[in-house]
Amino acid sequence: MSRLSIETPDRAQTVLNGLNRDMERRINASQPGLCPVDMSLNFLRLCHAQTCGKCVPCRVGLGQLSVLIERVLDRAASLEDIDLIENTAQVIADSADCAIGYEAAHMVLRGVRGFREDYEEHVLHGRCICGLSHPVPCVSTCPAHVDIPGYVALIHDGRYEDAVRLIRKDNPFPAACAYVCEHPCEGQCRRRMVDDAVNICGLKRFAVDQARPASVERKAESTGKTVGIIGGGPGGLTAAYYLSLMGHQVTVYEQRPKLGGMLRYGIPDYRLPQDVLDRDIDHILTAGVKVHTGVSIGKDLSIENICGSFDAVYIAIGAHNDKKLGLEGEDAENVISAVALLRGIGEGDVPDFTGKRVCIVGGGNVSMDATRTALRLGAEQVTCVYRRRVEDMTALSEEIEEAMAEGCQILPLQAPARIEADQNGRVAALWTRPQLIGSYGQDGRPRPVDAREKEFRIPCDYVIVAIGQAIESQAFERVGVTTRRGAIEADHTSSVPGVDNVFAGGDAVSGPATVIRAVAAGKVAAANIDNYLGFDHKVSCDVDIPPAHFTNTPPCGRVNLKSHAKPGCQGDFSLVTEGMSQEEAHQESGRCLRCDHFGFGIFKGGRNTEW
Amino acid sequence: MVSLRIDNRSVQVPEGATILEAAQSAGIHIPHLCYLKGVNEIAACRVCCVEVEGERAMVTACNSPVREGMVVHTNSPKARRTRRINVELILSQHDCKCATCVRSGNCQLQAIANDLGILSVPYETQLPKGLRGAWTTTFPLYHDYNKCIKCMRCIQVCDKVQSLNIWDVAGTGGRTTVDVSNNRVIKDSDCALCGQCITHCPVGGLRERDDTQKAFSALADPDRITVVQVAPAVRAAWGEYFGLKREDATMERMAACLRRLGFDYVFDTNFSADLTIMEEGNEFLHRFKSGGLTRWPMFTSCCPGWVRFLKGQYPELTGQLSTAKSPQQMFGSVTKSWFAQKLGVEPEKIFCVSVMPCVAKKAECELPTMAAEHGPDVDLALTTRELVRMIRADKLEPASMPEEPLDDPMGTHTGAGVIFGATGGVMEAALRTAAYVLTGENPDPDAFADVRTGPDLREVTYEIAGIPVRCAVVSGLGSARELVEQLKAGKAHYDFVEVMACPGGCVGGGGQPISVEDEERYGVRGERLYALDKANPMRFSHENPAVQTLYDEFLGAPLSEKAEHLLHTDHRAWSMPDQ
Repeated sequence: MSRLSIETPDRAQTVLNGLNRDMERRINASQPGLCPVDMSLNFLRLCHAQTCGKCVPCRVGLGQLSVLIERVLDRAASLEDIDLIENTAQVIADSADCAIGYEAAHMVLRGVRGFREDYEEHVLHGRCICGLSHPVPCVSTCPAHVDIPGYVALIHDGRYEDAVRLIRKDNPFPAACAYVCEHPCEGQCRRRMVDDAVNICGLKRFAVDQARPASVERKAESTGKTVGIIGGGPGGLTAAYYLSLMGHQVTVYEQRPKLGGMLRYGIPDYRLPQDVLDRDIDHILTAGVKVHTGVSIGKDLSIENICGSFDAVYIAIGAHNDKKLGLEGEDAENVISAVALLRGIGEGDVPDFTGKRVCIVGGGNVSMDATRTALRLGAEQVTCVYRRRVEDMTALSEEIEEAMAEGCQILPLQAPARIEADQNGRVAALWTRPQLIGSYGQDGRPRPVDAREKEFRIPCDYVIVAIGQAIESQAFERVGVTTRRGAIEADHTSSVPGVDNVFAGGDAVSGPATVIRAVAAGKVAAANIDNYLGFDHKVSCDVDIPPAHFTNTPPCGRVNLKSHAKPGCQGDFSLVTEGMSQEEAHQESGRCLRCDHFGFGIFKGGRNTEW
Repeated sequence: MVSLRIDNRSVQVPEGATILEAAQSAGIHIPHLCYLKGVNEIAACRVCCVEVEGERAMVTACNSPVREGMVVHTNSPKARRTRRINVELILSQHDCKCATCVRSGNCQLQAIANDLGILSVPYETQLPKGLRGAWTTTFPLYHDYNKCIKCMRCIQVCDKVQSLNIWDVAGTGGRTTVDVSNNRVIKDSDCALCGQCITHCPVGGLRERDDTQKAFSALADPDRITVVQVAPAVRAAWGEYFGLKREDATMERMAACLRRLGFDYVFDTNFSADLTIMEEGNEFLHRFKSGGLTRWPMFTSCCPGWVRFLKGQYPELTGQLSTAKSPQQMFGSVTKSWFAQKLGVEPEKIFCVSVMPCVAKKAECELPTMAAEHGPDVDLALTTRELVRMIRADKLEPASMPEEPLDDPMGTHTGAGVIFGATGGVMEAALRTAAYVLTGENPDPDAFADVRTGPDLREVTYEIAGIPVRCAVVSGLGSARELVEQLKAGKAHYDFVEVMACPGGCVGGGGQPISVEDEERYGVRGERLYALDKANPMRFSHENPAVQTLYDEFLGAPLSEKAEHLLHTDHRAWSMPDQ
């Protein structure tokens, strides 16, 4: 018998490790609309299977909790049993010896406290409050509810124009979204239960790049009603497009020289080329939208004037103001905001950072845009300073990776402390306070606290602040539009309370969000403005969807877009990611599980052909 | 055309056909359970799975279109195993006490399991426990959670055909079941009680409240005089269970059965259908001529499913219903007044039973407005299926029964009365008499035949005595909703509209025998009624001699005060539960 031996996992353990990974993906792919009590019970059972069996609370208690929750689901429990569940779980949480027990009990507690009314509904009526709707995951998680299985199937059949037409039924920015959408649709893609989410956004890009320009959509008969839209960004133009198709006369007021909003003045060309955006806007304008650019409401035209001269008004002004750091030295020369920098470039005012050292403050997508833009403007050294960890950054992970690949430095766990200016009043350095990542806050993210380390000096010529955006709403308050925490108040129907014919949506209402959220808001506004004007026009698309394949394909790797991010991109604003090849698009579109046809989709909710 | 091979046989079918249809065309039967053509093609039960060469997994035959060159095996080892285990799994969540099931012998699951030779189920029985399995016993519609196989057909029929969305999936995970939508209970819902969910249920998951024992009790009571009326549509369908040819399953043969069951008087709802025409037809002419129908038409009121639908969905239009009671209720009212007087007995002594193709009739006869001081006008409404069960219980053999005449006076009827049981029949019968009233002479009895065919909307404008009458006929509540929406939007204008809740009218009623082959039989049954109409020497309601006697002896004239009191009702005097 040897004294020690090298341990290798046995076959069962290897297989189980694989199953653990499968289960993790599966839980992540949980579709919306599941019964929280039933899910809790089954999470609890998993936890109970993990128990080692040594201690009473975990070995016995978790099992008894399962019995009690099962009783709730069987409508064999009383309301007192819910209290018993809570008390038992609390005792397990307080007295279990290790995390296997107390964390399991914490999960039960969070449920019984967080959705107690679901427990009660089961006890009293034997039903779930959630109803039982199992919508198509990608369609329901897309804010604009684009018919994704439909267009993916069309792409698979090589019908790219039809695919783009189908997208336009719900989203008039197929091209822009194909390049910059954050694709929430992929988050719960059922294909994740098999291998990985379908690359929906990449497929859309393939379709828009292949499709020939679309012909003009058929418009409803003119209604004689007029709608004024303030803001020519994605939200305003979405509303404008659909309202025009519905037969209303729409006029858009845009304060900048060109349409597009943040798509044009916020997103750099290496992510979204101007001509791609123009494809969408050109098509939107074919619907007969009147446009006045260079008109600022509140300055060039009063809001009262607008409200009085249109039957309905949609405010979609976005969030274009910057937020300040509030630090010493922030007024130094060469401290600029990211939105101002990006907007300036959009308007043709391109600064030269050749040989300069640039610091960017912030960890979101705008920060990454500013970081990578600074590099392209010729900066010698670009440092993105962030007070939390890299994994806590809210920017898309591929953006961060690409920024790093291009040679930007990410400096995490450094909180900006002050800005040092030279004798001429220009930025000389950014001072930061090193941070220690700590306990979790209310938002469920770990909070940084000051570490016991010395302040850190980063010598630089420019500081770019990218810590959020604000809206400029004073002009609208004159007609009774109210604001809350700096955003315009509007309800879920986009209606502005207290102002009869005024609607609002997009970033101006939600705070800075995504293109697809602005599109969704524009769509909601269009539908409700149409009803407000006394109509019930339906938007539909006559493209027929190819039938589903018979059975699914075996596990197959996801095609990711190739990135050209590499050092030495100074002066180069060309596209960073390369679209799919025909071969890749065909394979990738074949990975779609067609949830519109298989599973609940064929029964209910698989396809909404109009809205 | 697409060519494929199924079980080594070459099959050619049009493009778009399903594997199931292709197999059927070649005489190959693929077992299936949840599939209901055009209504429920969701491949939920997985019983119709077949093996398709080149596919990784089994393919559902019911909703997969054929492809050129495909090779299908319906009885390969894999197909056999898949079918058997999926049926066993269904059985594990099904209350398999077939001996006490209303659908035994008429159950698709039973047939498939028997055919597969499943003698025991290797899985644990899992039935809803405690209150989760409870359903009200007093409502005319009964849902048995223990027998429901969650095929979703009821949900789909109610959604797609009847547009009422009464049913939905409820519960979660393995506890998922079919229940009343939006977390309601059935008594609080706006269910029209059309019973289409019952007739499209493949198993005993849905049925009417069984009232046969109440009927037997009344028949056993020596102090009650039992009177039975039989609705027109019943005669077109009751023989199906007994394998009788439609022309042999006569009303007269049924009368013999009813007498052997112990009924003292066997009458015909056709009589009161003729009476309804006299009242409703005259009411229509009155409302039409007085300009009361310029914005909205007058709606027929003989279908209680439609009345429940209108009151539940469009309560503001309740006033547009004819005030005439339905033939069932007119019959009960006349039985407990005129007929009781004729017999010289107190109305309380009479127990009035109706045999109806309908579930909603059970609720109609229980309405507070359908009773007098002496109690309800109709004491008990049975469905056609319940009548069949009573005949079976007494081991009567209709095939060997003689044909016996119905009793007088309310066994007398015309061809106009008999077509009440098919969509368009009430309209046609009313127009025949209206033409007579307006012109003083009988029109060609087939002059209004254009309103007959098809379950969907038919609209015809007839010129009667120089006056154009805009008529519309519709059956099925989804079609009815479309019609009402058109009226509301001002896109359609009619004077007189007949609506029947069930597609095809009462012949397709929710109380009729159920086809285990999922055949829609309203067409053939309706043809039988029109044949009976044609064969009847009397084809005009106003010519019914018994109806004439009733007016002469008792009521006076149509719409007289007495007629208004006994034969008309206020539809606004009761409300649907959700209002």
